[in-house]
Amino acid sequence: MRGRRRLFSGLNFALNSGDLLRVTGANGSGKTSLLRILCGLLSPVQGKVRWHGGDIWSLREEYWQQLLYIGHAHAVKAELTALENLIISCTLVGVTVSRQQALEALCRHGLAGYDALPVKILSRGQQRRVALARLAVSEKIPLWVLDEPFEALDADAVDFVRQSIEQHLAQGGAAVLTTHQDIRIESRHAQCIRLGPRTN
Amino acid sequence: MFTVLRCVIYRDLLLAGRKWSDVLTALIFFVIVVSLFPLGVGPEPGLLRTIGPGVIWVAALLASMLSLTRLFSADFADGTLEQMLLSAAPLGVIVAAKVFAHWLVTGLLLVLIAPLLALQFDLPQNLLATLTLSLLLGTPALSMIGAIGAALTLGLRGGGALLSLLVLPLYVPVLIIGAGTVERAAAGLGTEAHFLLLAALFLVAATFAPWAAAVALRISVE
Repeated sequence: MRGRRRLFSGLNFALNSGDLLRVTGANGSGKTSLLRILCGLLSPVQGKVRWHGGDIWSLREEYWQQLLYIGHAHAVKAELTALENLIISCTLVGVTVSRQQALEALCRHGLAGYDALPVKILSRGQQRRVALARLAVSEKIPLWVLDEPFEALDADAVDFVRQSIEQHLAQGGAAVLTTHQDIRIESRHAQCIRLGPRTN
Repeated sequence: MFTVLRCVIYRDLLLAGRKWSDVLTALIFFVIVVSLFPLGVGPEPGLLRTIGPGVIWVAALLASMLSLTRLFSADFADGTLEQMLLSAAPLGVIVAAKVFAHWLVTGLLLVLIAPLLALQFDLPQNLLATLTLSLLLGTPALSMIGAIGAALTLGLRGGGALLSLLVLPLYVPVLIIGAGTVERAAAGLGTEAHFLLLAALFLVAATFAPWAAAVALRISVE
C-alpha cells in the first residue's frame, strides 16, 4: 500500500541459496516498494518478511549484515572520490575493505584511472559503476537486492554486472533484482514476479 | 560499531571540508546577527553589557538551527541515508556520529568565535570564559535536540519553517540556563549550579536524542 493505493497483495515466495528472483512490471507498479519491503526500509501493511525463519523486524541488524541493497539512488557522494565513496559505503554497512581491494574493485568495474576524481564530474553511467563496484567486494554477503542494476550502464558494464550476479548465485548467494531490460542471467533456479494491475 | 562511528565522523568532516560554503553560512549568520545589535541598540555600554550574553546565546541558537536542515537532507536525497538505515551498526550510533561531526563544524566554530564577538558588548574579561564554557556545554545539546526535529521534518516541503516551530520550544530550557549562567557570573554569584544543570541537559540530550532521531528517520524514510 502506498497512500490509499493498493499496489500488490497476496504475494508469497521463498528464496533459497542460489536462487534468482526477478521482479518485473510497468513503471509505478510497485517494484521498488517491494524491494524496500524486502530490505526492511518499508513495512508492509499486512504480511511478514522472514529470513531463516525469523521476522526481519526482530532480527534487524543481524539481517542487515547479510543484505546488500543497491537502490535506485546511487548512494554515492558527489564531493567524494570514487575510491573514498567505495571504502566509506562498505565500512558503513559493516564490510571492511582495504585500499588495495577497493582499487581492484574499481578497476574491475572499468573505473581504473577515475578513482581519485570527485564523483560529481563523472558521467551518470560511471556514477552507477561506482555504486555497483560494491558488488565486487561483497561476495560474502548472501542476499543481494538490486534495484535496476543495469540502468544507465553500457553493454560492457551490463555484461560485467551480469557475470558478477551469476558468480554470486553460483557461490550459493541469492539475488533479487528489478529490470526493464531483457538480460539473461544463468541461475539454478529463477523465479519471476510480474507486478501489474489485477487481471482476475 | 566503533569503525562505523569513526567512518561516519570522518566522512562528514571530509564532506564539510569539500563544501566550505555550508559551514561558513551558519558562522557568518552568527557574526552578522550578533553585530547588528550594537548597531541597532546604540553605543551605551551599560545596556550592551546587560543584553550581551542573551543576544549571543540567541544568535548561537538560531545559527545552529539554521544549519540543521542540512543534517540529513543531502544523505536522504542521494540514497546514502537508506544505506545507513541498513547498516550493521545501530542507527542511533550513526545519528550520534553525524550530530557530533555536525557540531564540530558548526557549534564548535560558534563557541570559538563567541568571545571575540562578546567584545562588541563590552563584556568584562572574566565573563568571556563563562560565556564560552556555557556555549561549549550548551551547543552540543542544541545540536542533539535539533537532530530530532531535522529527522522528523525530513523530506517535507517547507520543512525548514516546521523545523523551527518544533525545535525552538525545546531549546528554551537550554537558552534560559545558558544565558542565566553568564548573568549570574556578571552579578558576582556562583555559577556551579547552572553549569551542572547545563551539563545534565547535555547528557540527557546525548543519551536520548540519537535514538529518538533514529526512530524518526525510519518513519521519514518510509
